[in-house]
Amino acid sequence: MSKSKSRRKKKTEWKRYDDRKPEELRTLKIETGVLPNADGSAYIEMGRNKIIVGVFGPREMHPKRFSKPNEAVLRCRYHMAPFSTDPRRSPAPSRRDNEISMVMRYALEPAVFLERYPRSVIDVYAEILQADGGTRTACINAASVALVDAGIPMRDLVASCAAGKMEDNLILDLGDYEDKEGQADVPVAYMPKLEKVTLLQMDGILSTDEFEKCIDMAIEGCKQIYEVQRESLKKKYGVEEKEAEE
Amino acid sequence: MFENRDLVVPGDVLYEGRIKTGDNTHRTQGKVIATRVGLVDYNRGMVSVIALEAGFNPLVGDMVIGDVVDIELGYWVVNIDAPENAVLNVPEAIDAPFRSDIDMPRILDIGDTIVAKIVDMDRRRTPILSILGRGLGKLEEGFIIRITPSKIPRLIGKKGSMVNMILKETGCNIVIGQNGRVLIQGKTREQEEMAVSVIHKIENEAHIPGLTNRVQAYLSKLKEES
Repeated sequence: MSKSKSRRKKKTEWKRYDDRKPEELRTLKIETGVLPNADGSAYIEMGRNKIIVGVFGPREMHPKRFSKPNEAVLRCRYHMAPFSTDPRRSPAPSRRDNEISMVMRYALEPAVFLERYPRSVIDVYAEILQADGGTRTACINAASVALVDAGIPMRDLVASCAAGKMEDNLILDLGDYEDKEGQADVPVAYMPKLEKVTLLQMDGILSTDEFEKCIDMAIEGCKQIYEVQRESLKKKYGVEEKEAEE
Repeated sequence: MFENRDLVVPGDVLYEGRIKTGDNTHRTQGKVIATRVGLVDYNRGMVSVIALEAGFNPLVGDMVIGDVVDIELGYWVVNIDAPENAVLNVPEAIDAPFRSDIDMPRILDIGDTIVAKIVDMDRRRTPILSILGRGLGKLEEGFIIRITPSKIPRLIGKKGSMVNMILKETGCNIVIGQNGRVLIQGKTREQEEMAVSVIHKIENEAHIPGLTNRVQAYLSKLKEES
């Protein structure tokens, strides 16, 4: 019974709730240098996610006892605004916020030359203004651009994207609905030039084969995101160039 | 690969093989990669990146503008927007040895802004400052704006040509700290506003050729308007 059902589904072409192709990303827009007070900043719109990231540092660390004598500390803060979801979300940092802060740090640390700034700290503050699933990947995308904008030496940009499974179909870049209703979710962060994975999580149930397919899909997505990140950094200087010529 | 003066972002492979590496580059697995956004520069067998965004990297001899954040026994702790706070020892502030009966807050208090020179680095690369010398010392008036430290050389110009032009055209006194803080002292508010807008223009367009001429034109346009 279930077999015939799935066959029929394939015939009628399974559709995602927002009419995307299975391996299609959501609309992606990144802007850099949006906060004059921060050393570096970025604003990302990934689907209906709206996230702003500010980077400060390298600067003197307080409290001093948390600093490391041999390298800088990367301190990330993931925070969802009370109005980012419906119903309202408490602004106090939750267990989930703390965990995602840590995940962001682990994803970004391999890309930053931390050993060049011993005893100091680099602060990354990510504020989610509107959440629509996959905020951790969007935060990582914006944070790596903001770090570059702050003039912090980096080995590579970090692009991040999730893949998953919904109604037995493998899909890329899950939205909020797919995240909640789907069967599995695999967020991946990837350094495209170094070809290294810096974040790999999984939620749900996948076969080994599907899991490997998901990773490959997510890495392909990361490569597309990487191009947008590059463009956003170039745009900051390219657009000004045009203005000057006029 | 890239052409001279192309915009590169971190991770871009600039060269494969043996070559000398300059600023803002990193060698891994026989490849030379960029570590900052900037304009790539292949010159005389060396590859480097002219950074468009970079923090302040303190070097001996730099003039900086900083603010006193703490007073310890025998020295002041000064924030100079570097990865670490700098130290100003008493003998480098009053040209006399430290004695315990010296009233340190009377000389420099927390919150005071100073123009100082980096005279040394200690063993952990903490900058050591001095305020003995012409043009150095505590600031009493004027106001400070901040620009990206990597744009400071363009603001100064070749042998100070750019800053001299701004001085002449606006009539303001301008002190440039290598750490990106710029002090502006003008006779009138209009003069100061003019200097600020010119400095921000330089910061935004530092990477585009023909900067001096454009700034000259911008200054004369501002003057006409006022």
